[in-house]
Amino acid sequence: MIYFLIFISAIFVNNIVLSQFLGICPFLGVSKKIDTALGMGAAVTFVLTLATVVTYLLQKLLVLWSVEFLQTILFILVIAALVQMIEIILKKISPSLYQALGVFLPLITTNCCLLGVAILVANGTNKLPGAMEHNLLSGTVFAFATALGFALALILFAGIREQLAMNKVPKAMQGTPIALLTAGLLAMAFMGFSGVV
Amino acid sequence: MALSLTSIALVAAVALGCVYLFTTEQIEQQKQATQNAARVAVLNGQEGTPVEVAVDGFGGTMRVMVGFAPDGTILGYEVLEHSETPGLGDKAGSWFKNADKPAQCIVGRQATGQFTVSKDGGDVDAITAATISSRAFLKAVNEAYAQFQQENGVQVEAASCASQMTQPKSEIVEEKEANNE
Amino acid sequence: MNNAVKTLTNGILKENPTFGLVLGMCPTLATTTSAVNGMSMGLATMFVLVCSNVVISLLKNVIPDKVRIPAFIVVIATFVTMVQLLMQAYLPGIYAVLGLFIPLIVVNCIVLGRAEAFAAKNNVGLSALDGVGMGIGFTLSLTVIGAIREFLGTGCVFGAHIYSDQYGMLIFVLAPGAFICLAYVMALVQKLMK
Repeated sequence: MIYFLIFISAIFVNNIVLSQFLGICPFLGVSKKIDTALGMGAAVTFVLTLATVVTYLLQKLLVLWSVEFLQTILFILVIAALVQMIEIILKKISPSLYQALGVFLPLITTNCCLLGVAILVANGTNKLPGAMEHNLLSGTVFAFATALGFALALILFAGIREQLAMNKVPKAMQGTPIALLTAGLLAMAFMGFSGVV
Repeated sequence: MALSLTSIALVAAVALGCVYLFTTEQIEQQKQATQNAARVAVLNGQEGTPVEVAVDGFGGTMRVMVGFAPDGTILGYEVLEHSETPGLGDKAGSWFKNADKPAQCIVGRQATGQFTVSKDGGDVDAITAATISSRAFLKAVNEAYAQFQQENGVQVEAASCASQMTQPKSEIVEEKEANNE
Repeated sequence: MNNAVKTLTNGILKENPTFGLVLGMCPTLATTTSAVNGMSMGLATMFVLVCSNVVISLLKNVIPDKVRIPAFIVVIATFVTMVQLLMQAYLPGIYAVLGLFIPLIVVNCIVLGRAEAFAAKNNVGLSALDGVGMGIGFTLSLTVIGAIREFLGTGCVFGAHIYSDQYGMLIFVLAPGAFICLAYVMALVQKLMK
C-alpha cells in the first residue's frame, strides 16, 4: 500500500517538473514534438532509476567513512560516468534502442532531476507517509515514479506545444514566454492533485 | 590525461577536507543552537517539558514541538519542519498562538488530547482555507500530549527542562507504529 | 579597458543568463518565492561562477582536451560543496530555505556553460569579470522575479509590507505563479530589447 502511495504522490501530487521545479531545462528544450518527448522520457526513466539505486548505496559508504561532504562531487561524477557507460553498452547491445535514445543521453547528465532525486533519497529529505525514511526498495519506487512523472509532464506539454505552434502568438510572447505560460497552466492543473495522498 | 584528472580530483578533495574541518564545529553549534532555541521558545520561559512529534500534513511531514507545563497546560509550540501550502497551511506556525483570538489559540489551554477543529465538532478554529493542515497540526498536539502523559506516568514528577535537554530524542519510530494501526 | 567593461556588462544585459540565454531555469523558478530568497540563490551561484571561472582559466593549459568536461565538473562541484558547508555554518536559515538547490548549482547550465564558452578560452582577469557579470545578471533577474512574486503573492517586498496580505494572490507564491510570472517578465524583456 505504501509503495502505491509513493507512486501516486511522486507522479501527480509532487510532480517533479510542475511542482518541484527540477528538470526544467529539458522540459522546455525537448518538448517541441511528442516523439522526442517520448524518447527523452524513456531515457530519463531508465537512467534516473539506475542512478538513484547506485547513489543510494554509495551514500551508505560515505556515511560509513564519515565523508558525507563529498556527496555532491561524488554523485555528479557517478551520474556522468553512468550515463557514459549506458551509452557505450547501448551502442553495443541494441543499436536500434541507441538510435532512439542515444541523442538524449549526453543531455541527461546536466538534468537536475538526476542529482536532485539522488540527493533527496540519499539524504532522507524526501519523507514517506508517516515520516519514514527511504529504504532501497522505496527509493527505487520513488525514483521510477518520479521519472514517470517527468515523462508524463513532458509528453503532455509536448502535445500542447504541437497545437500551440499552429496558432498566432503576440510577438513578444513567442518562444520561451508562451511555453512558460503554458507550463504555468499545466502546473495549475496538477495543483488539483495536492492533498490527495 | 588520467594523471591530470586524478591530481585535480585529489587537490579538490584535500581543499574540501580543509573547509570541512574548518566549518564542522560551527555547523554542529548552529544545529545545537536551533534545537535549543526551539526548546526555549516552546516553554515560554517557564518550567515544563518540550515534546517533539511528526505527523503527515497536507503536503508532507510536519514536525511540531509542544511545551507542556507539569499540569498539562500548553506553554507554547513551534512548527519545526513542514511542507504546507505557503500562505495557507504554513500559517500554523503563528495561527494557533494568536492570543487575541481565543477561539483559535491553544497556548495557555489545558491539553486534553482531544483537540479537534470546530468543523469536526471541536473547539479550535481551523486556519482559513487550510482545514487539513489544521487537523494535522492538532493531531500532532494531541499525540505530543499523549507522549507527555506517558513519560510522566513513568517519572512521577514532571521532567525538568534540563534533563530533557541532555537526551534529545525523536519520536518518529513510535509515530510509525501509530500510523500502522 | 574597453574589453573589460564589455565583458562585465555582457552578462548583465546582452547575454543575461535568465532572459537572454534562458539557462538555469530550475533555481529561477524554484527559489524566487521571495526577493531575499532569489537574491541569496543568485549570490551563491555568483560565488561558484567567479571561483570556477578563475580556476578553470588558470588550469586551461594543464587540462587535456579529452577530459575537459569531467575536470570542469570536479572544479565546480568542489566550489559548490564549499558554499554548502559555509552556508550551513554561517547562514543556516537561508540554507534551510534554499535546501536542495544549493548542491544543484553543480548542474546549473550557466556555470558549466561559462566555463566551457569563456573561461577555457580567456585569461584569468577577463574570466573573473565574466563570472562577476554573469553572476550579477543572474542575481538581478532572480531578485526581480522574487520581488514581483512576493509583492503579488503576499503584499510584501523584501519582507516590508506594502499592502495587506489578505489581498495577496497566493497563486504567485505557488508553483504555477512561478511559471506565469517568469513568462510575463521575459515577454516584457523581449519587447524592450527589440
